Amino acid sequence: MFKKLFINAIRLFLVASISFLAGGAIAAPTKAAFIYIGPTGDMGWTYQHDVGANYVKKHMGDDVEITTVESVEEGPDAERVMAQLANKGNEIIFTTSFGYMNPTLKAAKRFPNVKFEHATGYKRADNVSTYSARFYEGRHVIGKIAGRMTKSNVIGYIASFPIPEVIRGINASYLAAKSVNPDIQMKIVWVFSWFDPGKEADAAKAMIDQGADIIMQHTDSTAAMMMAEENGIYAFGQASDMGAFGPRAQLTAIIDDWGPYYLQRVRAVRDGTWESADTFDGVREGMVGFSPLSDQLPADVRAMALQAIGELAAGTLHPFTGPVNKQDGSPWLAAGETPPMFPDLLTMDFYVEGIDSKIPQ
Amino acid sequence: MNELFVQIILGISIASVPLIFAATGELLVERSGVLNLGVEGMMIVGAITGFVVQFHFDNALLSLAAAIIAGMSIAAIFAFLTQIMLTNQVATGLALTLFGLGVSAFWGRAYSKVTVDRVDAINVPGLSDLPIVGPLVFSYDPLFYLSILMVILVWYFLNRTKKGLILRAIGDNHDAAHAIGHKVVRYRFIAILFGGAMAGIGGAYLSLVQVPIWVEGMTAGRGWISLALVVFASWQPFKVIVGAIIFGGITILQLHAQGFGVNVDAQYLSMLPYLMTIFVLVTLRIRIKSNTNRVMPSCLGKIFHSTQ
Amino acid sequence: MIRLQTRTDSSTLMVFFSPLLALILTAFSTFVVFFLAGVDGFGAFYVLFIEPLTSLYSFSEMLVKAAPLIMIALGLSIGFRAGVWNIGAEGQYVIGAVAGSAVGLYFYEVEGFWLLPLMSLVAIIAGMSYAGIAAFLRTKYQVNEILVTLMLTYVAILFLSAMVHGPLRDPDGFNFPESRLFHDSATLPIIWQGTRVHIGLAVAVILAFVSYFWINKHITGLQIKISGNAPRAAKFAGFDENKTVWLSLLVSGGVAGLAGVFEATGPIGQLVPHLPSGYGFTAIIVAFLARLNPIGIIFSALLIALTYIGGESAQITYDLPNSITSIFQGMLLFYFLACDILIRYKFVFTFYQRQ
Repeated sequence: MFKKLFINAIRLFLVASISFLAGGAIAAPTKAAFIYIGPTGDMGWTYQHDVGANYVKKHMGDDVEITTVESVEEGPDAERVMAQLANKGNEIIFTTSFGYMNPTLKAAKRFPNVKFEHATGYKRADNVSTYSARFYEGRHVIGKIAGRMTKSNVIGYIASFPIPEVIRGINASYLAAKSVNPDIQMKIVWVFSWFDPGKEADAAKAMIDQGADIIMQHTDSTAAMMMAEENGIYAFGQASDMGAFGPRAQLTAIIDDWGPYYLQRVRAVRDGTWESADTFDGVREGMVGFSPLSDQLPADVRAMALQAIGELAAGTLHPFTGPVNKQDGSPWLAAGETPPMFPDLLTMDFYVEGIDSKIPQ
Repeated sequence: MNELFVQIILGISIASVPLIFAATGELLVERSGVLNLGVEGMMIVGAITGFVVQFHFDNALLSLAAAIIAGMSIAAIFAFLTQIMLTNQVATGLALTLFGLGVSAFWGRAYSKVTVDRVDAINVPGLSDLPIVGPLVFSYDPLFYLSILMVILVWYFLNRTKKGLILRAIGDNHDAAHAIGHKVVRYRFIAILFGGAMAGIGGAYLSLVQVPIWVEGMTAGRGWISLALVVFASWQPFKVIVGAIIFGGITILQLHAQGFGVNVDAQYLSMLPYLMTIFVLVTLRIRIKSNTNRVMPSCLGKIFHSTQ
Repeated sequence: MIRLQTRTDSSTLMVFFSPLLALILTAFSTFVVFFLAGVDGFGAFYVLFIEPLTSLYSFSEMLVKAAPLIMIALGLSIGFRAGVWNIGAEGQYVIGAVAGSAVGLYFYEVEGFWLLPLMSLVAIIAGMSYAGIAAFLRTKYQVNEILVTLMLTYVAILFLSAMVHGPLRDPDGFNFPESRLFHDSATLPIIWQGTRVHIGLAVAVILAFVSYFWINKHITGLQIKISGNAPRAAKFAGFDENKTVWLSLLVSGGVAGLAGVFEATGPIGQLVPHLPSGYGFTAIIVAFLARLNPIGIIFSALLIALTYIGGESAQITYDLPNSITSIFQGMLLFYFLACDILIRYKFVFTFYQRQ
């Protein structure tokens, strides 16, 4: 009997100490870091990633410790910042710009126990995941709204760099606008920058002067939105809700909602279930969202937009559904056909038929 | 089409104004024999100061005054170092740019999520509504007119006043000017402050008129372009306007060309103004051989110390 | 009444005292900035200036960052001595990187020990030619080299952008504006295993000593020194001014070009649009902090490199903005330049006004 008591006591002690140890492990926060290309005050791309980082903090509280580093150039400095973050004990590092791709892979090689998550890239490793969003689904919705809301039938599009993601956006919004308004014309201006408010404003102004009464942008500043507001025309927010800069002009904004993904990945690191993956989520998964639709939209346009969003969320609508020809008239998608992710979508380097412009080389 | 033409001209003018301000200021500084490479730094400090004051007080005059004072204050550092402490102007100017970019970014962090009321164009009733002439002549913001006025004033000062003559004499030969009793340091100090004030307004134009937001580094190299512009203008005030229109115009026109579906090589096109500046420098020098009059200030960038 | 009087000879005491004073003043001002930002001054100071020296990795990164600064500053200091103001080293650096990388990418299929030397050679020649434009215009047309080199910097950066968007773009890179990664024989050898410290650092240090001896012992070096200090005396001595201009610009351009290709083939490993990170301009600061002394340049480059690395640590640890680094560098240079007056001049306190 005494022996039994003794064994029980030992058992109790063991259970207590194990739970104590486990409890201790839970008490230590998971360290996660984010590297940004711009200042968090850009109100676009970087801002939205920072919103995602705060979302993680909000949901995990003391279980997470977050470090952010802003305005890290894509040159030789990026790899060092990653290494320093890894040296500081960060277990997962999000590198949130395409130009960080090769530095991320190099840093990942040096720190095999640290998990890396690279946004918008295409190179992966055992400890490097990539993630991006099907922004073109958002472009589809704003394209439809634009097609219905324009009076001049001219849409102005401010583009940054001629990379597949931007070209997908142009094609998706053009096809959508065309589907509701066959007379639509799209003017495309490349500013060769992601973030240059002065130039974006000049580009918006140039297109407004040429008759555009709706501006779309694939650049990150709020300058174009402000130009639209001032000139009494419409625009769409990029990456984040830019309504504060164009309360009347903004019809809706495509929102990059990284928060839930970040939360899931940081939790996976904490649980030890993190695996290298390639994520390309859209409206359905909630990574692409919309700010509240403007009151300026007539009821039927609003209904159309909501229906498109609903269908995207249900997965029954694909923005690229045949028949679609390439710009030179050669067939791309047959009736009812949707393109494969690779190579068509991921390497897209052509305009669809009807766009009266050339991709700069 | 007329409408578009007018709008393009307006767009070019707006793009030129900050350049005209900063370059006209720097022109006077260089005429006095001082090379201040810190224009970019002075401009951006003007931009953030104007923006912050406009945000808190919503008063256009007050914000512009603040931008002028800010530009002058930071120029005063340069003036003190180069004129009193006799430091190298190239290095001090670069330090000024670094410092200005840093200070503005540091100070502006709290202001990146807000917007202010734009300083508006004055519409002259009746006149502004005239076809073509109306919008072309009467629908700018007040600062546009001020920039032209400043060019005229600087021209007048340099060419029609005694003090302007002395300033030029100091720029061409400070030792000789000193020998006949002119206050070299005083003239240069004031010229540098003037340059700071002008760069300050130029910067504020960006953050208050062009796009009323604050963004780190929003001057985006316009200070450096202004330096090129002074040379392009061969140190002649009125040519600054011509140069500013060419520099600003190339940007605006290539955006318009793209809008019309014309494929342009943005990078090669953007090289043009810089190459043109070099070309002007060379032709200027060739012309000088026959006309010794209008030259680059001979003492540009040289340190002056009176050994009494 | 205080008045400045030119010293007949540079003060040896002040040569050492002035940088010390400048450092103290900078440190004090930094504290004030931290105080205004509501940051714990001592902690931030530690993170900025001490912490990077306490870990081997940060230390190695400081060396990586310093290498191109040393090289470019050495080249510039030679011209600055002679009164030749090449402020467009950034452009020569970019052109060197583009030209050298173009060779590396052209021989993408070929491996060979000769590739890296060939790329370096091409980069040097490209940098020299680019700076040579300014030398030609100055010697032939008396055009100011400050303005020409500055203009050419912008042209160079746009040229790089055109190249990575066009001919040198990675054909398998989904149209993203960057080149292919260099393969092994086009990548700089690492001289400190486990870090990114590459052979460029060794080259930089060797160059520092070479230019030290060149400036002080060799006749052309002396010529340059005299041309800067006493242009008229140089003329009397029969030194050719044009030769000095050419020499200064070619040397600084060549070294900057080499630094450019080293950066592309070293820490970056490919040609990217963000290659120009201001090294060409920062190197001017480095040269002046060192008072154009080749050996001093090694130390001032390390100091400036330290501020970059420290600035990143401060951001990571204290959430201080990036801009701290440029504020600090600006102030450092202000104080250094201002304190140098103590070397060349002395303050004379005149208590009694002569009547």
